[in-house]
Amino acid sequence: MKRVVITGAGTINSLGQTVPDTFEAMREGRCGIGELEFRDVDRLAIKIGGQVKGYDPEARFNRQQLALYDRFTQFTLIAAREAISQSGLQFSGELAARAGVILGNSGGGMTTLDDNYRTVYEDGKNRVHPFVVPKLMNNAAASHVSMELNLKGPSFTVATACASSNHAMAQAFQMVHGGLTPVMVTGGSESMLCFGGVKAWEGLRVMSKDGCRPFSATRNGMVQGEGAGVFVFEEYEHARARGAEILAEVAGYAMSSDASDIVMPSKQGAARAIRGTLKDARMDLSDVGYINAHGTGTAANDKTESAAVADVFGAHADNLMISSTKSMHGHLIGGTGAVELLACIMALRDGVIAPTINYDEPDPECALDVVPNEAREAKVEVALSNAFAFGGLNAVLALRRFG
Amino acid sequence: MNIKDRVVEIIAEQAVLEPSDVTMDSTLEDLGIDSLGLVESIFAIEEEFDISVPFNANEPEKSDFDISSVSSIIAGIEQLVKEQS
Repeated sequence: MKRVVITGAGTINSLGQTVPDTFEAMREGRCGIGELEFRDVDRLAIKIGGQVKGYDPEARFNRQQLALYDRFTQFTLIAAREAISQSGLQFSGELAARAGVILGNSGGGMTTLDDNYRTVYEDGKNRVHPFVVPKLMNNAAASHVSMELNLKGPSFTVATACASSNHAMAQAFQMVHGGLTPVMVTGGSESMLCFGGVKAWEGLRVMSKDGCRPFSATRNGMVQGEGAGVFVFEEYEHARARGAEILAEVAGYAMSSDASDIVMPSKQGAARAIRGTLKDARMDLSDVGYINAHGTGTAANDKTESAAVADVFGAHADNLMISSTKSMHGHLIGGTGAVELLACIMALRDGVIAPTINYDEPDPECALDVVPNEAREAKVEVALSNAFAFGGLNAVLALRRFG
Repeated sequence: MNIKDRVVEIIAEQAVLEPSDVTMDSTLEDLGIDSLGLVESIFAIEEEFDISVPFNANEPEKSDFDISSVSSIIAGIEQLVKEQS
């Protein structure tokens, strides 16, 4: 089996429009969540989110591109460009034929759907733009990345709600690990911050009106975010031979299904995914220094996840750090695991643990070191990234410090 | 039909019971209604009475809307209908 390393990272999210800006915001414990700005927001009960602000699509893409790129595709391409630029890779010949792109996404082009439903239902028009379907399909981002970068190998989109990106990155890892391809581009994106997207979430009554406070006794729900995270997963010898900078090693993963409830999380399902990851990566419990939590800020997730971590790690649960960066960038649904992997890279490479901000009151049911409110310096050898989706589909990744 | 009977009918439908089986002191748990069933019942009540029920599933105890029994739910809805009509 081949070793797999990360040689490029890119992002755009409410904390920053590049990886360095996002790292800086995470180090400073900045909050990217604010008032939502889009049409009909006054008809929503939930008016906050981690929206990407100060973003001008026309500065990044031309008119023809924008006719085909929903916001989630735009975000993905921006992140992919940054990741590829950092990796220094160019795809041609044999490498292009083998390398592919696997991305996580849940909702597809929700803004495109919203705008065009308005056109036919609200405005009563009988004609929509001819590109609605290629713009809204949730593989559009993966397809445009493949076209822009000339990736001709295995390419597809994974949809497992809030675990989509982790499932996607696990697949990409497996392909490089198994020797199918020396390079995969992977990660995920989401952009559901439009009237219909937030209205649908409101219905479940799990959203917070005032902020995301994971693990805090005062938490009262999740807050949505948007954006993308994209990475270059590369076979170690391939990266070494060309002298690439290595950000971290991808050491293993596991997936599990709760097979129990369409919305309620399961401690057993989460614990099985965490345990499976350690086994796959051949790690001891004590190797793990940091966990980027799923940490949605709902009553149910945070106590279930805390219990799963306590169960798996036993006494070591008190020694490790676990934080939810959703407190800063919100919950990016299908893209969340990708942006959260950045916090794992920062922990391993820079020795800086991103905090759980807005933490104001301990909850005895979440009695772990959640790195409250301020980033912390610590040397970490192994970081895990948890994702536990609606529908009970779980995926956990393990990263190891390189060098 | 008065508010009480309409609410009992909604809860009975959710629980797949006859309205006569829904007693005033029943809890939703007694009736076999889980968290998703509760959210769906509140939606049906909002639609039936054209009201907005302040309920966040993350902090049911902090809501002004008391869901501890069928009678408390009915009292809460009577209050909301009065306030919001």
